[in-house]
Amino acid sequence: MIAEIGHYALVLAFFVAVAQVVVPMYGAAKRDVALMGFAAPAASAQFLCIAIAFGALMHAYITSDFSVANVAANSHSLKPLLYKISGVWGNHEGSMVFWVLILALFGFAVAAFGRQLPDTLKARVISIQGLIGLAFLGFILLTSNPFERLDPAPLDGRDLNPLLQDPGLAFHPPMLYIGYVGFSLAFSFAMAALIEGRVDPAWARWVRPWTLAAWTFLTAGITLGSWWAYYELGWGGWWFWDPVENASFMPWLAGTALLHSAIVVEKRDALKAWTILLAIITFSLSLMGTFLVRSGILTSVHAFAVDPERGLFILGILIVAVGGSLTLFAIRAPALKAGGLFAPVSREGGLVLNNLFLSVATATVFIGTLYPLFLDAMTGDKVSVGAPFFNATFVPVMIPLLVLLAIGPLLPWKRGNLRVAIEKLWVSALFTIVVAGGILVLVEGAPLAPVLGFGFAAWVAGGVVTELAERIRLFRIPLGDSLRRLVSLPGAAYGMSLAHIGMAVFICGATGETNWTRELVATAKAGDTLTIGQYELVLEKVERSQGPNYFRDMATLNVTKDGVPFATLQPERRLYPVQQMPTTEAAIRSGIEGDLYVAIGEGSTEGGYIVRVWVKPLVPWIWAGAMLMVLGGLFSLSDRRLRIGAPKRSKRRAAAPAAEAGD
Amino acid sequence: MLKRLLFLLPLLVFAVIAGYFTVPILTKKDPHVLPSAMIDKPVPPHDLGPLLQDKPGVGPEALRGEVTLVNFFASWCGPCRVEHPILMRLAAETDLPLVGINYKDKPDAAIVWLRELGDPFGRIGVDGDGRAAIDWGVYGVPETYVVDAGGHIRYRHVGPLTSPALQETILPMVQQLRAAKG
Repeated sequence: MIAEIGHYALVLAFFVAVAQVVVPMYGAAKRDVALMGFAAPAASAQFLCIAIAFGALMHAYITSDFSVANVAANSHSLKPLLYKISGVWGNHEGSMVFWVLILALFGFAVAAFGRQLPDTLKARVISIQGLIGLAFLGFILLTSNPFERLDPAPLDGRDLNPLLQDPGLAFHPPMLYIGYVGFSLAFSFAMAALIEGRVDPAWARWVRPWTLAAWTFLTAGITLGSWWAYYELGWGGWWFWDPVENASFMPWLAGTALLHSAIVVEKRDALKAWTILLAIITFSLSLMGTFLVRSGILTSVHAFAVDPERGLFILGILIVAVGGSLTLFAIRAPALKAGGLFAPVSREGGLVLNNLFLSVATATVFIGTLYPLFLDAMTGDKVSVGAPFFNATFVPVMIPLLVLLAIGPLLPWKRGNLRVAIEKLWVSALFTIVVAGGILVLVEGAPLAPVLGFGFAAWVAGGVVTELAERIRLFRIPLGDSLRRLVSLPGAAYGMSLAHIGMAVFICGATGETNWTRELVATAKAGDTLTIGQYELVLEKVERSQGPNYFRDMATLNVTKDGVPFATLQPERRLYPVQQMPTTEAAIRSGIEGDLYVAIGEGSTEGGYIVRVWVKPLVPWIWAGAMLMVLGGLFSLSDRRLRIGAPKRSKRRAAAPAAEAGD
Repeated sequence: MLKRLLFLLPLLVFAVIAGYFTVPILTKKDPHVLPSAMIDKPVPPHDLGPLLQDKPGVGPEALRGEVTLVNFFASWCGPCRVEHPILMRLAAETDLPLVGINYKDKPDAAIVWLRELGDPFGRIGVDGDGRAAIDWGVYGVPETYVVDAGGHIRYRHVGPLTSPALQETILPMVQQLRAAKG
């Protein structure tokens, strides 16, 4: 019964969406306040309907209602509650419902918090948002109904892919989806602006926080996915340039560019058409991420829907959405009033370069992901594209971006002086030389890669510190005044510094892991000792036991570092009987200097077990760097409220012009 | 005018990309079956050295005389891990010879991987630099090929093997090829 209510709510949401698209759009064209006023309640109603549907599906999973086909196919009565819940979005149908839920949530957010938006803009944004929802609701109802019943109901379910039964992956898809779908709002704002024929700083001020929120979630989502792969796949890799990873990385790169270009629209009333185009591209790439995974064109662990009919449907949505928006762009964007020209050496000039590099990086990943398919379709030639391609193309594009990352924030708006900015960076340059030189000297036979990697990280970090020191006029005014300035800096300033320093930390982690990882593989029996670097690992025992829905062999290893007790590690190997699938649960001891990573494989007490040990320097820095970026996003978001706030707050803004200008 | 064209450019680029995605689907090709120029061609004549000491590699003559399933795999590949139980089941439940080609992998890692998850293959060749894979037309691992008794590639499956793909396409095809031979 509850499943039927859910199904009904989805149908209802579809028809609400129809009204949400048509009425406000017509109202905005006719400047009819009553019709435009329909937008907000429609968005709320749509969110409510989809929330009911989602709740009904969740209920079916929690109560293990196997008469619902989707639950039977993806759940199991013995599965722990967390994975019953995460099972809702761990499959195709459920993830699509989750997708439209987030979409409706963002529409609802505009309705709820968009009181200061001009009426026509608000009506149009909500209408476009409804249009996207309409397409995906149609997709769900016609091809992917999650509430389909089974008769007779099976006694138990087929279980979720055991690789996906993991806390990291329980929250990876929701984060990623909030990120993907969050860009829909940037898209809706772009469409509305094109229809209105007007892009102004107020528009950018509106778009930025939503983009920032989406970007923050996407960053967190990608990081969680990478972290999951690191500890779950059992061999310690964290980024594989897998097509599906790339599908989430492309919107991230484009979204990062969008964040930066929107600043230029906001501050200098320039770069409008480009920003609109970026908003379209970012959301298109998000849609493509959905499409590529769902259609089965690209396959990997993630691909849970392999169905040409669905692929065709999503392809249709993609073509209408992207083709339609780009057509609108081609017609309307040339008419947008261009802002003032600006000098190449200036903050906005730096941001343009940032956009250039990020766009090229996006294109690189795009080509690397799709080129093999493309070439195959055109000429039948085969090429294999993997990590070497991306290392050879993506990394070189990142290098100038990193150089720029330290300089750009030091340039003033309108007209800067490159010499002055670079002179400010002498501390950074010195730091870079010390770090790079130190690695060259201290690490025996250090190849070029780690020297460069840490050198660039030092340069970026130095640049961030210099910029912060400039901002609080460190050593130029009394220290107390500097500290007071530091405390009263706006959230966006902290946000930028945190995100940029996160980049430096991330580079350290990636460089350390890539260049200095050590590996040991051995067959060991109880009592055997393995030695790798400073570590000695003694295999105490391997015990067999039973988990809620799996069997496991759990090894216990006592680890000493330089003879001093260091840790006890318990890696597991699990077998999930329902799907007949083994998984590895690595044991990882993390520290600031890196990870000690142990996984066990097949074996027996007599013959010994395969034990694999990695010493992976600086890996936690990868996650720490990404988390700093997320934190930066959150800090920056906390600032938005002040900036968009009610009129009475404008006085406060006027009181802090220095802080404003520095964003 | 030039400016207008500039604003039209994104749409044109998109049209090309969209066309490339749409055509194969509209012409009713299962997107899972990437078109392969290698279908019905003889297998590329590579002599791939053995991965394991006690198991032969894959020479040019190894794929003749019998219908075989050739699977490209790598220890670094997540989806290979997903399909592995299916290969294990195939090895245990059928008499279909399975040939593994280890793609761009560290031999040690591959050996450990097989020891850990089980080894379904009758012979395993090492394609360390990916040259053979390029000639076979591999886009990415895992990929699986049906090779007939005459040593011609007959079918290509991209991505992890699934039970439906096996039951509905690959195994019937193997039956058919065997019948044709006999």
